[in-house]
Amino acid sequence: MARRIEIALRNGVRDARGERIKREIEHFLHLSVEGVRTIDVYTVDAELAEDDLVKAASEPFCDPVIQDWSIDRPVATGFDFLVEVGFRPGVTDNVGRTAREAIEYISGRPFAAGEGVYTSVQYLLNGALSRTDVERIAKDLLCNTLIQRFVILDQAEFMAQGGVPVSVPKVTAETRSQVREIDLNVTDEELMRISKDGVLALTLDEMKIIQAHYRDPAVLAKRQEMGLSDKPTDAELEALAQTWSEHCKHKIFSGNVEYIDEHGNREEIKSLFKSYIQRTTATVRQQQGENDYCLSVFKDNAGVIRFNDDWSLVFKVETHNSPSALDPYGGALTGIVGVNRDPFGTGMGARLIFNTDVFCFASPFYEKPLPSRLLHPRRIYEGVVEGVEHGGNKSGIPTVNGSLVFDDRFAGKPLVFCGTAGLMPATINGKPAHEKHINPGDLIVMTGGRIGKDGIHGATFSSEELNENSPVTAVQIGDPITQKRMTDFLIRARDRGLYNFITDNGAGGLSSSVGEMAKECGGCRMDLSRAPLKYPGLDPWEILISEAQERMSLAVPPAHIDEFLAMAKRFGVEATVLGEFTDTGIFHIEFGERTIAYLPISFLHEGLPPMEMRGVWEIKRHEEPAIEVSSDYTADLKQLLGALNICSKESVVRRYDHEVQGGSVVKPFTGVANDGPSDAAVVRPVLDSFEGVVVGHGICPRYSDIDTYHMTANAIDEGLRNYVAVGGSLDLVSGLDNFCWCDPVQSEKTPDGEYKMAQLVRSNKALYDYCVAYGIPLISGKDSMKNDFYDGAVKISIPPTLLFSVIGKIDDVRKAVTMDVKRPEDIVYLLGETANELGGSEYFALRGEIGNNVPKVNAEAALTRYRALHRAITDGLVASCHDLSDGGLAVALAEKAFAGGFGISADLKSVRWSGDSTEKNDAVLLFSESASRHLVTIRPHHRQAFESVMGECGVSAIGVVTEEAVLRIDGLAGTPVINERIDELKQAWQSPLREL
Amino acid sequence: MAKARAIVMTGNGTNCETEAAHACRLGGFDDVVIAHISDLLAGEVRLDNFHFLNLTGGFLDGDDLGSAKAQANRLKYAKVDDLREHLLDQLTRFIADGKLILGVCNGFQLMVKMGLLPAFDGRYLTQAATLTFNDCGRFQDRWVYLKTDSASTCVYTKGVAKGLYLPIRHGEGKFVVDSQATLDTIEAKHLAVFKYSDSSYATPTMEFPLNPNGSVNAIAGLCNETGRLMGMMPHPEAFVHRINHPRWTREELPEEGDGLILFKNASEYARKNLL
Repeated sequence: MARRIEIALRNGVRDARGERIKREIEHFLHLSVEGVRTIDVYTVDAELAEDDLVKAASEPFCDPVIQDWSIDRPVATGFDFLVEVGFRPGVTDNVGRTAREAIEYISGRPFAAGEGVYTSVQYLLNGALSRTDVERIAKDLLCNTLIQRFVILDQAEFMAQGGVPVSVPKVTAETRSQVREIDLNVTDEELMRISKDGVLALTLDEMKIIQAHYRDPAVLAKRQEMGLSDKPTDAELEALAQTWSEHCKHKIFSGNVEYIDEHGNREEIKSLFKSYIQRTTATVRQQQGENDYCLSVFKDNAGVIRFNDDWSLVFKVETHNSPSALDPYGGALTGIVGVNRDPFGTGMGARLIFNTDVFCFASPFYEKPLPSRLLHPRRIYEGVVEGVEHGGNKSGIPTVNGSLVFDDRFAGKPLVFCGTAGLMPATINGKPAHEKHINPGDLIVMTGGRIGKDGIHGATFSSEELNENSPVTAVQIGDPITQKRMTDFLIRARDRGLYNFITDNGAGGLSSSVGEMAKECGGCRMDLSRAPLKYPGLDPWEILISEAQERMSLAVPPAHIDEFLAMAKRFGVEATVLGEFTDTGIFHIEFGERTIAYLPISFLHEGLPPMEMRGVWEIKRHEEPAIEVSSDYTADLKQLLGALNICSKESVVRRYDHEVQGGSVVKPFTGVANDGPSDAAVVRPVLDSFEGVVVGHGICPRYSDIDTYHMTANAIDEGLRNYVAVGGSLDLVSGLDNFCWCDPVQSEKTPDGEYKMAQLVRSNKALYDYCVAYGIPLISGKDSMKNDFYDGAVKISIPPTLLFSVIGKIDDVRKAVTMDVKRPEDIVYLLGETANELGGSEYFALRGEIGNNVPKVNAEAALTRYRALHRAITDGLVASCHDLSDGGLAVALAEKAFAGGFGISADLKSVRWSGDSTEKNDAVLLFSESASRHLVTIRPHHRQAFESVMGECGVSAIGVVTEEAVLRIDGLAGTPVINERIDELKQAWQSPLREL
Repeated sequence: MAKARAIVMTGNGTNCETEAAHACRLGGFDDVVIAHISDLLAGEVRLDNFHFLNLTGGFLDGDDLGSAKAQANRLKYAKVDDLREHLLDQLTRFIADGKLILGVCNGFQLMVKMGLLPAFDGRYLTQAATLTFNDCGRFQDRWVYLKTDSASTCVYTKGVAKGLYLPIRHGEGKFVVDSQATLDTIEAKHLAVFKYSDSSYATPTMEFPLNPNGSVNAIAGLCNETGRLMGMMPHPEAFVHRINHPRWTREELPEEGDGLILFKNASEYARKNLL
């Protein structure tokens, strides 16, 4: 019988978790509670000696200084309502897993099959609350009913029942191992029903291609030999659906597009990916000639560039949007630990050196009504921030750079970008570490976690819009510790040369990882009955496509398998041989003796013809807002500093360990009080060297409302100018693109698909134009194309969003520069020109306007200036440097001043203007978001040297740093248009998100 | 010549091993070994061969049962494969041999929860204090000023004039004791080596964020009466060079970071007393 162990804090011990819940109930649900206390519950479902159970309760589960324990005796007293929240069956329970291991150490024997420990938390609420209030607290705050369940009891019920009844969330399905066949000789309607009901996300055309395959006599003859009929098995259909999903196959980026511009000119584009993204890199590499530093691009889980003779740098950024919309904590946690496996599974494997995160949310203060399936943006914010916090911190990888971007359209789907960089030796055992090969005969080995029903249909589900019926099984919860153990082990196996090939088990599970690996050598034979399962009851197709986390797939030569498995055992990591790689040309899957999938590799990977799409561009004119003329813009500046896209994100950033591994050089916050916003991060990955990695990013979805071409140009420029601002070298720099789009394929559900496709085409064109102009090769990237919510009535599409990440090198980190002003008397220079470009700006957004004059990037002029700036930084001439972005010059001046703790006195008359001089006025000069600009400060004695390095690059001295802690900006009329103490400005900037 | 040897124990979620080993090398240890706990449990690496044990920061077992609890349990019950002894036996022998242990962050949590600190009168393995959730309820990464107790017998802080400036990075760093008597003894014996303080290292403080977790008496680090065992929440290994400092681009700083002295003192002590 299952036993309940309860762990409660002793009287008088502060319950920080309870206090936080109390604050959140008051803050977000506007209910007043007197107090919240918490109790941890372990439900132990295992045959244990009483003595061992007491040891478990009193030693590992209980901290004797602050806690008491009890077994099968409820300890809750003195509450008005009690809510107990536990996991649903089959959901990953990390604490339960650790608790089980702790008991195994005590009892000295492993748990038997079916035995387990399950955790839950009791919240004891006091206050004048109704049951309805408590239900709201349970559903809207304490429990995500998708993955958790709750029990509510008042004091009387609790007494009557003798506490919370024991409940064991064990998966109790029977072992079935069924294989079904699906008859595809049916009507078109029936084909679509099969696709839809099965969450296969296959279109009618795709279903018909599969139908045709199973009518091919040659195929059928081979199948007959294997004992298979003319009908596909469920495993085959699922493998095809997974491999052909938008998520895995990138059909939109590899399809054919007929593009028509605003003048009616037609253009045939064969694959956006090949035409723009791959071609960008090819062109840049050609330009670089001998200096080409790309080592492995677009062919592995992450991109690889040369860092120096001894080390190679690996980088990947992924999104995990759909799962985060359903379960913000689990989805985001899986996002970060999932992207960790990309650099880890690149080449022969890389040590992970930092994470970057960018989140796009609707306002946490959102007050409009939401469709029922959508979680409130504040819950998404909380859950995502915490999920990535746990995933990153517990993995021991510093989170060094990121952003929070707000737009209410992200209520339809939040965007959760997680990036990870790694470092691998240039060579391992004499071979380039970024390369790997499989030989037929190598064994298929899966390591790490076990397989469960979690994450079934993740790949296909995220290839559709979010809707009422999005499947609950699509959500996984990551386990950073299981993954850390696995990576500790695999790095050692790598260095001993025990495997030939490694890759990640992510979307699509074994079907995807082994399917991709089989392509390398020409086939595989895998027996799914050998796969370790979390619990019985999985059908073979579920084992094949489950996205249960923390797994890597490897090719291990038979000669090394004994050593590999022995080492895994010693590290406490599960490793299982599932079959072997072959050169038969067949993706051959068995379950025991029986063949359950027999798919030609060529059909699996090449059987899908390119999608045909159309994009029609039109220029949408927005109303051009009149710019208010005023003699004082101080209030506008303060309002801007408090805008969600500009204000301080310190309350979030401090929750992320940005210093672990000891290499942090430019931290997220800088300045006299460690609270000024850094432009980019500098990290020293090898501690006895001063060579550093620089990482920054650009993202500006608001400009998509005007033109995605310029949105993209600005994102690239912003990424690069952030990178340059801290000292990043232009001689070793690369880019990584992450497209997050709303569905751009014309259909009944998407009547404006042709416009959205044109937006995508234009974004790609800019990507090519600007990366080539800047000499930035793209080394990797990802696209997520279905970021919409649609429930049949309400449709919410995100604004087309490109995250452009920039990663490269600084030769000597001791030359790095931060954004805070350093000393009074230093001269303030503005680099670059300002134009009437308020279109899509934060200044217009404050007024609910968009405008039309989107900032345009002049890459040639910018690159010349960035090179000169880098020279000035390398020469040690630059005291501080900050990029101008959201909010323009006024915001950048304010941030520089309050970060450094000094004032600035500046004059708008000295700002270099570009364009029609009649459009020049104080508001435009202050708030225009013209691209490619930096603010730097220079010690007076460096003035001449600095100006001579910068030459004709569009540089003007616009002011001076002052002892007096005031930001004073004189307007064109010669009188101050902004005049405010820096502590007031800082307060405006820090207050909006400080308490979250 | 005999070598001063340091070991950094890793595995199951520790994550500061690289920089801890780097700090040991910079501090003057001749041999520094990063040993996975599986190497120790397999008997391939033995604590007996080292002078200085580093229990580093991280998230042992994900802090799932409370920080470091599962590792404390593992060390107590896990047997070493070939020697028929528990790993704990090696650890107690290590202490009895007069050797050095430094626990940082998760390592400090482990030492306290195993009862290695404060361990009055050599009563090791009896827990008298703990480290629990920060009062602010959140993980925090921020730099703190640590006033050192110059009257302490601590081996590591010898020569520290006023205090150290170091980063903390934890969610469970609030130091709590089981009784007033324990606290009084800690204070009377000058065991609270580090206290969160104002920026001039003048007075200990309970004020957030200077005191980032609400620790009783602002205690950030603790040693035992021998001065050889020390645990602390802040990370000395994270500040060994001036460019680790959050304001290195604006302040005149010595080349060496504040945290390095702890490792230098450890190696010096090992050389004088343990070789």
